[in-house]
Amino acid sequence: MKKVILILSVLAFVACGGDKKESKEKESSKTEKAEKKTEGGRKKNSKGIGPVTELKLPETIDESMAAEGKKVFDAKCTACHKPDKKYIGPAPKGVTKRRSPEWIMNMILNPEEMLEKDPIAKQLYRDNNGAVMANQDLTKEEARQVLEYFRTLE
Amino acid sequence: MKQLLAKLLVLSTTVALLVSCGSKDNVAPRGTDNVVSDAASKTYVKPGEYDEFYAFLSGGFSGQLSVYGLPSGRLLKVIPTFSVDPEKGYGFNEETKPMLETSVGFVPWDDAHHPELSQTNGETDGRWIFINGNNTPRIARIDLGTFETTEIIEIPNSGGNHSSPFTTENTEYVVAGTRFSVPIPQEDIAISEYKGKFKGALSFISVDKDSGDMGLAFQVLMPGFDYDLAHSGKGKSHGWTFFTTYNTEESNTLMEVGASQNDKDFIAAINWKKAEEYIAQGKFKEVPANYVNNEYSDETHSAVTKRLNKVKVLDPVECPGLVYFLPTPKSPHGVDVDPSGEYIVGNGKLSADLTVHSFTKVLDAIENKKFEGEAYGIPVLKMEDILAGIVKEPGLGPLHTEFDGRGNAYTTFFISSEVVKWKLGTWEVIDRQPTYYSVGHLMIPGGDSAKPDGKYLVAMNKITKDRYLPTGPEMNHSAQLYDISGEKMKLLLDFPTIGEPHYAQGIAASKIKSKKIYKLEENKHPYVAKTEADAKVVREGKDVHVYMTSIRSHFAPDNIEGIKVGDNVYFHVTNLEQDWDVPHGFAVMKARNAELLIMPGQTETLLWRPQEPGIYPMYCTDFCSALHQEMQGYVRVSPAGSNTELKWSVGEVDEE
Ligand SMILES: [Cu+2]
Repeated sequence: MKKVILILSVLAFVACGGDKKESKEKESSKTEKAEKKTEGGRKKNSKGIGPVTELKLPETIDESMAAEGKKVFDAKCTACHKPDKKYIGPAPKGVTKRRSPEWIMNMILNPEEMLEKDPIAKQLYRDNNGAVMANQDLTKEEARQVLEYFRTLE
Repeated sequence: MKQLLAKLLVLSTTVALLVSCGSKDNVAPRGTDNVVSDAASKTYVKPGEYDEFYAFLSGGFSGQLSVYGLPSGRLLKVIPTFSVDPEKGYGFNEETKPMLETSVGFVPWDDAHHPELSQTNGETDGRWIFINGNNTPRIARIDLGTFETTEIIEIPNSGGNHSSPFTTENTEYVVAGTRFSVPIPQEDIAISEYKGKFKGALSFISVDKDSGDMGLAFQVLMPGFDYDLAHSGKGKSHGWTFFTTYNTEESNTLMEVGASQNDKDFIAAINWKKAEEYIAQGKFKEVPANYVNNEYSDETHSAVTKRLNKVKVLDPVECPGLVYFLPTPKSPHGVDVDPSGEYIVGNGKLSADLTVHSFTKVLDAIENKKFEGEAYGIPVLKMEDILAGIVKEPGLGPLHTEFDGRGNAYTTFFISSEVVKWKLGTWEVIDRQPTYYSVGHLMIPGGDSAKPDGKYLVAMNKITKDRYLPTGPEMNHSAQLYDISGEKMKLLLDFPTIGEPHYAQGIAASKIKSKKIYKLEENKHPYVAKTEADAKVVREGKDVHVYMTSIRSHFAPDNIEGIKVGDNVYFHVTNLEQDWDVPHGFAVMKARNAELLIMPGQTETLLWRPQEPGIYPMYCTDFCSALHQEMQGYVRVSPAGSNTELKWSVGEVDEE
């Protein structure tokens, strides 16, 4: 008799698992729709997911830091991004108006998790034909320099 | 519902009955009885979790080195070493072709036998692993940061590099003893002149302690025996290397009879510290010898062949104290030194007993000049003076011994197909377990070093037979994993291997620091294109150099025109990725070699000689992203002498 119970519970377990997955998928598509409605403001506030949780940008642009950032960008990013026009991925021009500094750095430093969990990154992935943002092994300092360079592209 | 349950119950009972019937059946594969009941949980590594040990098993006649995880027995990688490998482009791309260069030109294959990890203070240090090439005598060094073959040195004056590349305590040297004796220097003489005319060279290859760079330091010119295996001393015997010999009869035909006449052959004990003194005193002869040393650089991502033409040779007759012979019963195969360095185990494969020599007694006999006589001017010690003990009739056909660091030794017996555990000092047999079938070498992680990690033992078998589902007349050789943490050995797992695993090495995974990428900024390849802006095509007469980049998911350039029949097109592809495990492949239609497989930050070159005009697709072969299938391009090939303009592009489409 014990065996019967075991088999039964295995069956029940499998069935439950399946249901849960489906409902989860429904949920996530709901949140995406909700997000689309509130675009603009919410996106600018999102900090994304990754090592950078809080970053206050000073008023003025640090020109020498931006120059370093341009070097890093030219070396590691230009195979997919042109400064002012869409290439494989979107152009960084104007990105600091659209996204928070934290989000930009997290997208550079932690693209795998961003593509998996961050709603904006997921939408960008769809908008760009499924091209992934590659992790180019930048240090935090280099990513900060690149962000400063992006500020000069406004 | 009730009915369904009843059916399920019946079904599961029948399955249970069937299973229990099967295990009682004599027709079932042997050895299922002595598998312990918790074997599965002891070898189970949860999905996503790592193995505790790396195991490096030689690929034997595949010429490669395989990497497994223990205790799972999962194959992690095959490292191309002495044989070309189209999967990775090894020996096909321009960068690695020089790795397989020898004194007689490009050799695409070898027979690899004995991996040996580098050591510091007698302990494995996880820096490099060495392995011998038997057929065209060579030693390779593999970097355990990149898991790539990084150097190969050819051994001159050698005829089958078998007793190799066993290391000394601080990797001062790896050794290369010749299996076959040959005329030195080589000459065209009658084979019947073997006796006296043939010689055996024992080579000491120095290893730079920082870079790992190998060099042929010196050779000891020995009598024309066969030199089978070796191990260097450690602790008190540090400074000595021991080589087994067979065919001290110096027979040159029907060796299975001819080389089995003498009751005893020798273990040759070489005092390499003494050799260093003789070299320093200039007591060597420098003789001509053609050999090469090929080295691969992680900066240029290319190998270079260096040609060498001299070697320093020491003659034992002129160098007293350099070599002694330790008589050992009948054709000893392995010679294994225990972790303390005191015991030297001669595995006399045609002998009924295992003979163990004492290093202390060897030194004592040498000091008191207690010699039995000499052979070719080399002193022969008396066996009774140097004997530490005998393991009486432990099995049939002993081959190799390893140690667990707790005072026990484990010896394989080829003919009786078993591993026998015995105690150092008392020489008593503690346990024996069958192997399936005909075991050759065995391996305990660190089991030939001063600090064994005595948890597992891997037995490598020569015959597989009924162990796995049949795959035609040939089956992969099998390895078997035993738990040796307790008094009795417990068989845990069978797993198939590549080629023929001769020897193996094991090391705690925590000791290895594996690299994730090659840094793009450190790439010094002469044809690197570090950004798409550097992508270009340059014609130099009939040679066309394509400086190409790859990133998920496009090549730059991906359209090339102006190539002509008769051109030598070099595709130099740089992988711009800087992320772990994102290689890109490169293949072009009708290329008559192989693909490229380019690691992140690396540059590799494929030579392509198009033979007919037309449009030739090229594509990425390694599934790199959701858009991998889109990672493609075209080359236009025009007839020889045509005026098609050379041009290239990527992404030149109208903007919207
Ligand atoms: Cu690809």
